[in-house]
Amino acid sequence: MDYFYHILIICLIYSIFAQSLNLELGFTGLYNFGHIAFFGIGAYTSALLSLNGVPIPLAVVGAITLAGIAGALLAIPTLRLSGDYFGIATLVFAEMIHLIFLNERDITRGPMGLPNIPRPDWIGSGISSLPLFLAVTFFAATITFILLRRITNSPYGRSLKVIREDEFVAQALGKNTSLIKTKAIVVGSVLAGLAGVIWAHYITYISPADFTLQETILVLLCVVLGGKGTHPGPVVGAFVIIFFAEFIRFIPIPSEYVRFVAPLQGMVYGFILVIMMLKRPQGLISESRKFATTNA
Amino acid sequence: MLKIENVSKSFGALIAVNDVSFNLGDTGISGLIGPNGSGKTTLFHLITGFYKLDTGNIHFLDQRINGLPPHIISRKGIVRTFQQTRVLPFLSSLDNLITAAPNQLGENLLPLFFQPSKVALQETQNCEKAESILETLGLLKLKDSPAGDLSYGQQKLLEIGRVLMADPKLIILDEPTAGINPTLIRHLVTILENLRDQSIKIFLIEHNMPLVTELCDKIFVMDSGSLIFSGTPSEVQNNSRVIEAYLGRMADAADA
Ligand SMILES: Nc1ncnc2c1ncn2[C@@H]1O[C@H](COP(=O)(O)OP(=O)(O)OP(=O)(O)O)[C@@H](O)[C@H]1O
Ligand SMILES: [Mg+2]
Repeated sequence: MDYFYHILIICLIYSIFAQSLNLELGFTGLYNFGHIAFFGIGAYTSALLSLNGVPIPLAVVGAITLAGIAGALLAIPTLRLSGDYFGIATLVFAEMIHLIFLNERDITRGPMGLPNIPRPDWIGSGISSLPLFLAVTFFAATITFILLRRITNSPYGRSLKVIREDEFVAQALGKNTSLIKTKAIVVGSVLAGLAGVIWAHYITYISPADFTLQETILVLLCVVLGGKGTHPGPVVGAFVIIFFAEFIRFIPIPSEYVRFVAPLQGMVYGFILVIMMLKRPQGLISESRKFATTNA
Repeated sequence: MLKIENVSKSFGALIAVNDVSFNLGDTGISGLIGPNGSGKTTLFHLITGFYKLDTGNIHFLDQRINGLPPHIISRKGIVRTFQQTRVLPFLSSLDNLITAAPNQLGENLLPLFFQPSKVALQETQNCEKAESILETLGLLKLKDSPAGDLSYGQQKLLEIGRVLMADPKLIILDEPTAGINPTLIRHLVTILENLRDQSIKIFLIEHNMPLVTELCDKIFVMDSGSLIFSGTPSEVQNNSRVIEAYLGRMADAADA
């Protein structure tokens, strides 16, 4: 049962992370290959602040604010680039952030990572805290869902889709496309930061190795498999992928092969991603072509 | 209204638009004609801010607009269609129109949370307006269909509807009748003449000469990047230089 709570918490954290990417990838058509950077910025900032005595609620606010600012800093120069170059720029950005985690030892302790990240007293630690942590994570995931639904079932969400389908048309119709995309990236980064914050305080130990391209591929897979541009898609995708990842852990593997498992896992995810894009690009849940007008 | 002064644009060695000047004045419907590759579309891209000028100035309603980004020019009232039809294929026909409504409060994030009823009200009004435009275009039945499922001619009409939704002062149409059937062309002519009556100005590129002479109050002729003539339809038809540069070649093309 405790193990089940654990998996549900991870699923919900990934569902927040995947939903945040879906705003950019699914609704706006922005191929962000560096989304893990914002998850990492959220995790590291909240961990460092709370380890240095900042009250956790303030640390959380600081962390998601910094993730949002980082999003704006990424968006403003790179959105001028065309699609492919934007993708490359985001990849490079994530690598840069990873190197900062790794090399700014005075702040981040480098590869040793940050242990003993505190949790709020009212949640507590250890096995007995799992149901409460699950409830908090569920609450955050629900808020994320409602927030994103409000943002996307709206004239703003429609303008995101217009940009996704034809940016020139959007401009010809008077849309400030860079501003609209920047806002999407900032919101996406804030929510990715939130997912990272929850993860850091849940796992209580983070290190640079947690924030690599492999995690970006995993979250991309959640969005693409679940169905990009839909509201339930990334949530369903996150549950399927995380359960699948946990399931393959239980495949008995002789100990001398264990060192091959991690890279193999990455290959499997990459393989599924390619198959999905070729065979079912719309994902498990497909976007209805009819746009529901504001249900605000 | 729209004043073009000494506008030039080159692509490498090719001078696509060469020192073009003219003033649309108060003309209701103006036409721009010229052989393929004479620089018409390039000039439209320059007016709407999609290309940057090499030299010259463009004024709209006594304001300089060159150097402004396309979305600002659009908001000032110059709204365009594209030569290659560009509907938003996955959005419904209705949404293709509604998105063009100007000043949508709900395109900003904060009002979605703090003024939701105002946003919803505006959305309802825009929806009604879009439906009435679809009705005039004869597309109301298709309002929920993805625009990509419409026929080519219907997509061209939808693009014009989208422009109308934006409350334009000057409409710029790049070959609005290319590839659509005669019935739809008649339909389009009626729509454009109605717009002229509502004193919305129209500037269009068109290869269909009979249509141009029927519809336009004034015609501008380009050849190899330069403006070679401007005048009323009858003046244009009787000008030997135009006939040689353009109509003759058109006739050849029609024969071929
Ligand atoms: N982006 C560009 N880069 C390079 N050359 C271009 C570009 N756009 C247009 N041209 C060239 O400029 C010239 C004018 O093209 P333009 O599209 O303006 O002609 P047009 O009068 O609209 O022709 P058509 O009647 O065939 O639409 C052509 O020789 C074209 O190849
Ligand atoms: Mg052209």
